[in-house]
Parts: sequence; structure tokens; C-alpha cells
Amino acid sequence: MMKFAVVSFPGSNCDEDLYYAIKDDLHEAATIVPHTTTDLSGFDVVLIPGGFSYGDYLRSGAIAKFAPVMPAVKTFAQAGRPVLGICNGFQILTEAGLLPGTLQHNRQMQFICEPEPLKVENNQTMFTSAFQDQQQITLPIAHGEGNYYCDEATLMRLRENHQIAFTYQNNPNGSVSDIAGITNEAGNVLGMMPHPERAVETIQGGTDGLLVFKSLLQAHLRTV
Amino acid sequence: MFLAQVHVTYKPSILDPQAVAIKNAMHRLAFDQVTAVRQGKYFEITLDVSTAEEAESQIEAICDQLLANPNMETYRYEVKELANQ
Repeated sequence: MMKFAVVSFPGSNCDEDLYYAIKDDLHEAATIVPHTTTDLSGFDVVLIPGGFSYGDYLRSGAIAKFAPVMPAVKTFAQAGRPVLGICNGFQILTEAGLLPGTLQHNRQMQFICEPEPLKVENNQTMFTSAFQDQQQITLPIAHGEGNYYCDEATLMRLRENHQIAFTYQNNPNGSVSDIAGITNEAGNVLGMMPHPERAVETIQGGTDGLLVFKSLLQAHLRTV
Repeated sequence: MFLAQVHVTYKPSILDPQAVAIKNAMHRLAFDQVTAVRQGKYFEITLDVSTAEEAESQIEAICDQLLANPNMETYRYEVKELANQ
């Protein structure tokens, strides 16, 4: 069994969605680990869920980046092992410096909760290999601060290194270059605002999200 | 004891949609001469240190590590000595 850790911070609210997506739909092993965990070495993947960690006080992700679990997340990422941050998890990973850029308030100041058409920009990552190149998919978004921002130099680097994993087809929030999800340069850390764990069963309106987790499983099976 | 008064604001290049909403509300209240609004955060931080230099270096470290996100925000601060209680 592939072992997924779902890190739960005070204020996380998508941790159980992720847990059940892994357990009931991917049929692999999931464990919700508290923010006080200091060792993640027994896991194959670390998932940072959505929600409002620490109430989004100061800035979204600004307090979570100092949580006791974060040194272990950084060690895990620096070892080249997969780390996936979804929504607030993406915000936490940028604040922690594991991904470049920042998630700002949506340009229209509205919280958006909609199924959102996306495009897979890079299917050559461990998170996207189960998708077709340039595949058009739909995943739900649910955020008030999902407007990805980075400076020109960073954007050039993202493009040159093929770090843009997902883009919006109809940019809903003002993100630079329609960015919905990016990886780090090494390709083992992905942050994305859309929620793949909310699109894993047909009753949810679609199963495109399951392919993110299947990609991780395929990558894992190639290494064991 | 020193008191630091810290202002964290968006860089001029950063979109500030909250401030735009606030400006629109001012216009609805008929304050038509308002042409621009920027919103920021204000912190009052009391430090038990003995010199202003020490207070300043700690405040800068605190701003860099926590209070401001260097991608989109800048900060400025003033430090003043508090009278003995």
C-alpha cells in the first residue's frame, strides 16, 4: 500500500475529504497526522489540505509555515519526495518558500465556489502523468485568495522549467498567466488552488481529480 | 522598554481589491474627492530590550520572517523608548 500523510492544522477543513479520497477511491492508505508531528519519514506522499489554517490570521498560510510539522515537510520535500498542497495547502507552501510566488485576494474580492474548467499544461510530472497532454478537465475551486502572483522573472523561470502544471481556461480570479497550479523546480512539490479531492466520485459531478492521485500512485509503483 | 509602530502595506505594483471596494464605498457616501485608497496593517509591538538599535534589528527580523510577505508587501516602522512605569 502507498502511504499518504494528510497534515491537519487547526482550521484545516479538507483533511477528511482527502483522507476518504485516498482510502475509498484510490484504495491506498491514508493517515491524518496532526500539525505537531515532527517525523514524516514513514510516508510516501505528504498532502497539505485546504481550509483556513490558524484562521488565515495575518495572511493565509503565514502562521502555518511555523507549525511544528513544517521542518519535517521541508525535509521530506528536499529529499525529492512528493508534497501536494491544495488550496490553503498551496498558500502554506508558498509562504514556507517551498513554491515561488504568493496567492493574493481574488481580483473581484469574492469568494468563488464553482466547478472550474482547467487545462493540464504539463503531464510530465509525478502529479499529472495520468492526464493527457493539454487535457481539458473540470475541478471545483473554493477560495477567496487564489489569485496567483509572481514577478516577471519568476514567471519566466516557471515557463522555462515547465513548472506550470494547471491553468484556468477562463481565469476566475486574476491569476498571473491563468496559473491554477505550479510545481517547484525539481518537480516534486505541487501547489494547486482547485480541489482534486472534491472530484473523485461521479456523485461529486466528475472524477478528473482522481487522476492526480492515480498519477502519484503510478510514480510510486515505478519506484518499488 | 521600546515600542515599535509597524505599518505593512502592499507594494505599489500589487492589486489591492479591498482598497478599491472601500474607495467605491466612499464614493457611494458622496466623498467624490477621494481619488485613491491603499489599505495596510498596523502593529504596535512592545519589546523588552535596552537599546533602540536592538529593537530595530529585532523588528526588521520579525517583519522579514512573519509580518510582511516580501513578494507583495513592504513595511516601515518607528521605534520609541517607553518611559519607565
